[in-house]
Amino acid sequence: MKIGIPKEIHPGEKRVATTPEAAEQIIKLGFSVLLEKGAGLGADISDEAYKEVGVEIVSNAKTLWKKADIVMKVRAPERHPELALDETDLLSEGGHLISFIWPAQNEELMQKLAAKNTTVLAMDSVPRMSRAQKLDALSSMANIAGYRAVIEAAQHFGRFFTGQITAAGKIPPAKVLVIGAGVAGLAAIGAAKSMGAIVRAFDTRPEVKEQIESMDAEFLMLDFKEEGSGTGGYAKTMSKEFIEAEMALFARQAMEVDIIITTALIPGKPAPKLITEGMVKSMKPGSIIVDLAAEQGGNCALTEKNQVVVKHGVTIIGYTNLPSRLANQSSQLYATNLRHLLTELCPEKNGAINVNMDDEVIRGATVVKEGKITWPPPPPKLSAAPAPQTEAPAYASVQEQKKSVIPDSVKQFIPLIVGGLALFGIGSVAPASFMSHFTVFVLACFIGYQVIWNVTASLHTPLMSVTNAISGIIVIGALVQVSAPGFTISVLAGLAILIASINIAGGFLVTRRMLEMFRK
Amino acid sequence: MSHSLVTMSYIVATILFIFSLSGLSNQETARRGNYYGMLGMAIAIIATALSASVTSYAILIVALLIGGAIGAKAALKVEMTQMPELVAIMHSLVGMAAVLVGYANFMDASTSLSGVEKNIHEVEIYVGILIGAVTFSGSVIAFGKLSERISGKPMLLPARHWLNLGLLVLAIILGRMFLQQTETGGGTFPLLLMTVIALAFGVHMVMAIGGADMPVVVSMLNSYSGWAAAATGFMLSNDLLIVTGALVGSSGAILSYIMCRAMNRNFISVIAGGFGTSGGEAAVVEGEVTPISADETAQLLLDAKNIMIIPGYGMAVAQAQHTVNEITKLLRDKGKKVGFGIHPVAGRMPGHMNVLLAEAKVPYDIVYEMDEINEEWGHVDVSIVIGANDIVNPSALDDPNSPIAGMPVLECWKGETTVVLKRSMASGYAGVGNPLFVLENTRMLFGDANATMQSVLKALKG
Repeated sequence: MKIGIPKEIHPGEKRVATTPEAAEQIIKLGFSVLLEKGAGLGADISDEAYKEVGVEIVSNAKTLWKKADIVMKVRAPERHPELALDETDLLSEGGHLISFIWPAQNEELMQKLAAKNTTVLAMDSVPRMSRAQKLDALSSMANIAGYRAVIEAAQHFGRFFTGQITAAGKIPPAKVLVIGAGVAGLAAIGAAKSMGAIVRAFDTRPEVKEQIESMDAEFLMLDFKEEGSGTGGYAKTMSKEFIEAEMALFARQAMEVDIIITTALIPGKPAPKLITEGMVKSMKPGSIIVDLAAEQGGNCALTEKNQVVVKHGVTIIGYTNLPSRLANQSSQLYATNLRHLLTELCPEKNGAINVNMDDEVIRGATVVKEGKITWPPPPPKLSAAPAPQTEAPAYASVQEQKKSVIPDSVKQFIPLIVGGLALFGIGSVAPASFMSHFTVFVLACFIGYQVIWNVTASLHTPLMSVTNAISGIIVIGALVQVSAPGFTISVLAGLAILIASINIAGGFLVTRRMLEMFRK
Repeated sequence: MSHSLVTMSYIVATILFIFSLSGLSNQETARRGNYYGMLGMAIAIIATALSASVTSYAILIVALLIGGAIGAKAALKVEMTQMPELVAIMHSLVGMAAVLVGYANFMDASTSLSGVEKNIHEVEIYVGILIGAVTFSGSVIAFGKLSERISGKPMLLPARHWLNLGLLVLAIILGRMFLQQTETGGGTFPLLLMTVIALAFGVHMVMAIGGADMPVVVSMLNSYSGWAAAATGFMLSNDLLIVTGALVGSSGAILSYIMCRAMNRNFISVIAGGFGTSGGEAAVVEGEVTPISADETAQLLLDAKNIMIIPGYGMAVAQAQHTVNEITKLLRDKGKKVGFGIHPVAGRMPGHMNVLLAEAKVPYDIVYEMDEINEEWGHVDVSIVIGANDIVNPSALDDPNSPIAGMPVLECWKGETTVVLKRSMASGYAGVGNPLFVLENTRMLFGDANATMQSVLKALKG
């Protein structure tokens, strides 16, 4: 089958859907590749480079669309400015199209595509699962957008990112706040961090805290419990209370940071407004806001789509074509994503594609199949966030309960009753002198109980050796007897003294030796 | 010294002992606590020696000096890995002393009591000797087991519970005989016979307890030695002995309780012995182990961020703690987070691992208890198990037929990778197979713990 790569017609779009490297691989799969003349120029790739790997260069768009069985593009089809025709009209009857489509926003386009009996795979609809990562163009583009956002901010920012102490004075590091730690947010954190800035980040999904911290940025905690994870690893809309707490946090941060990069998006909804005009006013003059959500209306109230505006002394960047501003890199990644998709579509490497609707990845990406709209797909089976693990596995008790004649309620009092009776028995026969010793004994047991519970577990060995030494107190017993009349008694008592003093000296000294070792 | 002055000294000594124990509540005050204990002991001995009842100083001083010298020498010479043995043998000394003091007191005819008081006094002597003898023989056996002079396997005589009960009944009958005979000035024979029975009982009790339960046994004997001192105190009407004995006794009892809880076992069943003999057949561990070399282990450590080391008795045996500390230092210098996870019953006595690590100068603030880290395993990249087995056995949690079922364990398999250092594929002290070794994310590093840790250290430096 022939794959056609037309030149992108969207104003300012410099990307191209394949690169020579990717094209070479695609040709190896058995396809032939056609390229509109000059399609790669925006991404600094010459026609000659394509020719070298065996790509056929076609001089005009009309011929290309006509000849190709599969058309691969970056942007969704739109009106061709030179031919005064819609790209959908150029697409041949029953043809295939692979590009970004945004089916939720472009219903009219979907109808047109369906009417032409085509099969359309949308790169933005690739399901988010581990197997599909290599063809996840959204992630690879978001990565570039995050990086580029920091570069754009640096371009407009009047200072260094990194802090320095120079002979000419001290330079404080720039403070960057990243809102939304998806792929773009994390890429922005990484870029800003590697330039030396102090980076803070916020996200409604608590599970990304770890990812943020792994990038060495500070996770701003919101003192509020609400799970922000929706299905498929995306965020969901939060409650009103949560948003209020969140806004208060942003307001505080706005006064402090130099650069805010917002990447907050909720699938299928306009971007949440997170930075109000008041917050912009409170920012230091010369501060920068880069709004990566400008396409969906912007996270900042003052963002103007595709424009750089200065309001209240703050530069607000609303570019929506950030990946295109790094055209060569984006083209490479996008081309690779497309190539991986083709590999999935063409498992036999015979140059023909098979849109297998039983394959979860292909099913998810296919939005129109032979004229039938198949969007939205059934929800993916796996969420990006693992389900919380259950506590220790439950198992049936193997111990057979012995039947007891005494009910449990009575059972728990038995020790008390027995103890009480025993004490009563002793009390009824024991003389007064014994009772006073007994009082001392019982009280000492309780003191011991209280004291020992406070001993830290790491000192249990020293505890044993010191109690050992202390129990050498039995030497007192021997001492009072050593002077008693009778040789045997003296010998016995003398032996007892000897043994007990081994205990005392040994116990205390070894404890001392051990405790000397415990150092912070 | 007057009687009141002696009593006052005893009160001071008692208070110092209490301070001594409460000082152990944390590392900062522990050393001061130990000095309080020494001071208390010195005051008690000097006050007693100066009291009216002591007149002959020759034996006293000679015995004190000899005993003190032997004790000091033992304390300074002992290897930290042999602490459990030392502690066990010292318990036996207390028991022995209690027996000797009991006999001396029995022979001492100078006390003149009559009626109930006399009877109670005789009972006190009898009980004091009984507890002392059990402590003595039990501790000797425990010492033998710990120093591997006696096999660690539980020795289970047929009908052992009945045997124990029989010995107890016999001891009570002998006690009655003893009381009757003392009326007429006799009683030596039943007393001697009872001592023999008590000794046999102590031997039998500890012989029946398996090696893995040694922490319980050692702390239980610690408790007994305290009760023996307390019983002697009753016998001599000496409050200092009673209080100190009660302190030590309850200390040991609490330690035993903590240890039992750490193994999820009933105190009675540990004492009754025969660990791991009931219940169904435990699941047999099947699967292939994945060996790893020292170099690969070093690479694994260099790639990790968060490392947890789980030491067990094997580390003590191989004397690997110093090498482990050097590795820890090296890794910490490289900016890695290294921690130690200590199971309460790791080693052969409570707190054994902490002492070894302290000896190797591992800072105690990176040594964690099981409860502190069991939630954290998800963040651990590499955990190294050094000579531990039962305390990292997943079947304790998921195999109800396992002899150690229900015992809380360090759940290291929840981390990314576990490296297990082991001499061979033999099972642990409890004689239980360990499915951890065949898990997919477990790597086995075979060899002597110290030698392998040395080569890991070399590879890390290399």
